[in-house]
Amino acid sequence: MEILDLARFQYAATTIYHFFFVPLSIGLVFLVAIMETLYFFKKKEIYLDMAKFWGNIFLISFAVGVVTGIIQEFQFGMNWSEYSRFVGDVFGVPLAIEALLAFFMESTFIGVWMFGRNRLPKWVHLMSIWLVSIGTMLSALWILAANSFMQEPVGIAVVDGKATLVDIWAFLTNPQLLVEFPHTIFGAFATGAFVVGGISAYKLMKKKDIELFKRSFTIATVLGMVAGLGIAFTGHWQAQHLVSSQPMKIAASEGLWEDSGDPASWSLIADIDEENKTNNWSVEIPYLLSLLSYNSFNGSVEGMNTLQERYTELYGEGDYIPPVAPVYWSFRVMTFGGGIMILLSMVGLFLLKRKKIMENTWYLKLMLGAISLPFIANTAGWIMTEIGRQPWTVMGLFTTAQSVSPNVTATDLWISIIAFLGAYTVLAIVLITLIVKQVKKGPYKDVEDKPDVDLFNKEAFGQ
Amino acid sequence: MSLNELWFLLVAVLFIGFFILEGFDFGVGMSTRFLARNQRERDQLVTTIGPFWDANEVWLITAGGAIFAAFPEWYATMFSGYYLPFVLFLLALIVRGVAFEFRHKVDTKWTSLWDWMIFIGSIVPAFVLGVLFTSLVRGMPIDASANMYAGFTDYFNLYSIVGGIAMVVICFVHGLTYIGLRTEGPIRERAQKMLTKMYIVLLVGLLAFAVLTYVSTDLFEARPLATPLLLFGAVVTTALAYFFTGKRMEGWAFTMTTGTILFTISTLFVGLFPRVMISSISSDFNLTIMNASSSPYTLKVMTIVSLTLLPFVLGYQIWSYYIFRKRVSDSEPVGHE
Repeated sequence: MEILDLARFQYAATTIYHFFFVPLSIGLVFLVAIMETLYFFKKKEIYLDMAKFWGNIFLISFAVGVVTGIIQEFQFGMNWSEYSRFVGDVFGVPLAIEALLAFFMESTFIGVWMFGRNRLPKWVHLMSIWLVSIGTMLSALWILAANSFMQEPVGIAVVDGKATLVDIWAFLTNPQLLVEFPHTIFGAFATGAFVVGGISAYKLMKKKDIELFKRSFTIATVLGMVAGLGIAFTGHWQAQHLVSSQPMKIAASEGLWEDSGDPASWSLIADIDEENKTNNWSVEIPYLLSLLSYNSFNGSVEGMNTLQERYTELYGEGDYIPPVAPVYWSFRVMTFGGGIMILLSMVGLFLLKRKKIMENTWYLKLMLGAISLPFIANTAGWIMTEIGRQPWTVMGLFTTAQSVSPNVTATDLWISIIAFLGAYTVLAIVLITLIVKQVKKGPYKDVEDKPDVDLFNKEAFGQ
Repeated sequence: MSLNELWFLLVAVLFIGFFILEGFDFGVGMSTRFLARNQRERDQLVTTIGPFWDANEVWLITAGGAIFAAFPEWYATMFSGYYLPFVLFLLALIVRGVAFEFRHKVDTKWTSLWDWMIFIGSIVPAFVLGVLFTSLVRGMPIDASANMYAGFTDYFNLYSIVGGIAMVVICFVHGLTYIGLRTEGPIRERAQKMLTKMYIVLLVGLLAFAVLTYVSTDLFEARPLATPLLLFGAVVTTALAYFFTGKRMEGWAFTMTTGTILFTISTLFVGLFPRVMISSISSDFNLTIMNASSSPYTLKVMTIVSLTLLPFVLGYQIWSYYIFRKRVSDSEPVGHE
């Protein structure tokens, strides 16, 4: 493999892995904060038990998120030094602010929350978990501001061959960020909701701590429903925005080689032939693409071949069509995943309302399996977003091939890939073992020596 | 002061803050093997840094972010140039970070393994950063396009290895004074005893570092007054720490080892200024606060944002140290009052 491929593989692997834990942590800590709030106001022990049980799973996820996140910040310089030189003036700003504004807040208050339950006034302790939750979302905001700049560079100019920030306000109100941020946050909420919902469903099937897990399940299902709808609407807005801002990505996600007819139909499945730039066959739903793109029953969408011609005029000779099949299929995986999550949430709410959740083990089983859905959908979404932008790292300004470090050798890359992926594999095994053990052990009410020790702290750090 | 100078200062402050804060928790990590005698004591030690180590590490992440935003060329050259050292460094931080979180989550039979990870994960990063900063001030083969193509001896030579060891020793001593300040019971006594020996080791290490700095770098020529003064400061604070430890004035001893770190790291940054990376090929290829920096507009934006946020960040971090100021004993339930 070439250095560029190795560097891309490493970036993809470390980032996808990291992004399992980011949305999980954002979603879980939000749910834990809600539980702590319920405990604060209703003063029922059960909410405290819930907060501790889910809090522990959150801490496991957060720890892995933090350590894999450090790699994220360093690898731009390590593997993509030419990119860093080109974008540093712009791209470094949100990264530095993220650390200063969000990382300090998360890391400090997570310590306060873990160890401060018996040392602080209750409201201060409650505030600490909310500050962690807000910190995780602020962190997402700044890193997505950086990503949005790669998708749609605004508020900048290219001066002396380098991207230079000229208008911070335009940079922060990047229209791409305004759709990407809520979409990602709703995705994170859904991740937390489906993990809590799925584990609760498992516990309900086993008939253990029914009261606690029913309440957890209810909160998770409500959040899952809200998040599911949020994902759908913001996803729709994002797609509409892309029609004008990144038409190539949209065309690739539709497998649309030539301009569509008017009205445009939406491809459900297709056999894509990238070599001959055509689809062998495609199952299509009439009107739907016009509807999705313009909220109207007419309007055509540009195809990749047209865009290739236009980009050649604009940027010179080159291949401006991203790998089509991954973009096409990841888009479908993401949207179908999202659709199923919405359906499952609706069924869940219905069963809860009818008080029939316990009898319907088929549904509980489905929910256990559905834990995988948000992870699959999140990953597919990012694959579509990032591969769909190729060959660019910064849309229209800088290509991926230009971005790679010239002084890093294939040997260096192999060493780091083996080191990181080895560590990640071990970590994944440990992590899953830990969570399964945590879940099997159940909440702290089942532990025998409960009375005078704060078991949560003991679990987190203690003897 | 120009904004370029201000940002060099801020980056230096972030690194000094990082070494002071993470320095003692690296030292505590090392002490889990060098000082603690049993599981019970290891728990006690880890508890003293439990609420803090994560935020301490963020100082480094912020320093990295600040370099990226303010001096992109420095960021690109350093991180790609020190590729494999950073891989090692990151691996060590990974195992260390998860070890803190996981050491009691699985059956206790695994705890000892995680504790070894904490130990290794505390020594290796301190050593790598010591090597990095000393080799950086010694000069690295940076070419006209600011790319660094370094060989093994550029990274590892007598000066940088002594620098790496010195960093480990400084962190260990600083960790011991922190343990003296934050624990009670037998381990506190043993920390005091070990300190009296370690101060001698540190003094020898600092002298070796000073001599090699004179031989291997141009820091004494670049700052004929400041470099010897700062190094002298490091030696004096170490001697004073020795004195205060003997008098059992633990707060002052910790303050003095904090000073040792401040003076040592300052020596490097003051000597470096206004350069940020020194080229061993030609001084024309040096990266400086001018040719490596972002645009004036970006520096202005970053200055406003940072100076607004910094007081809050410092405020709540100090507050969190204040909440958890109580000494940790070996008999109470860990992490619980």
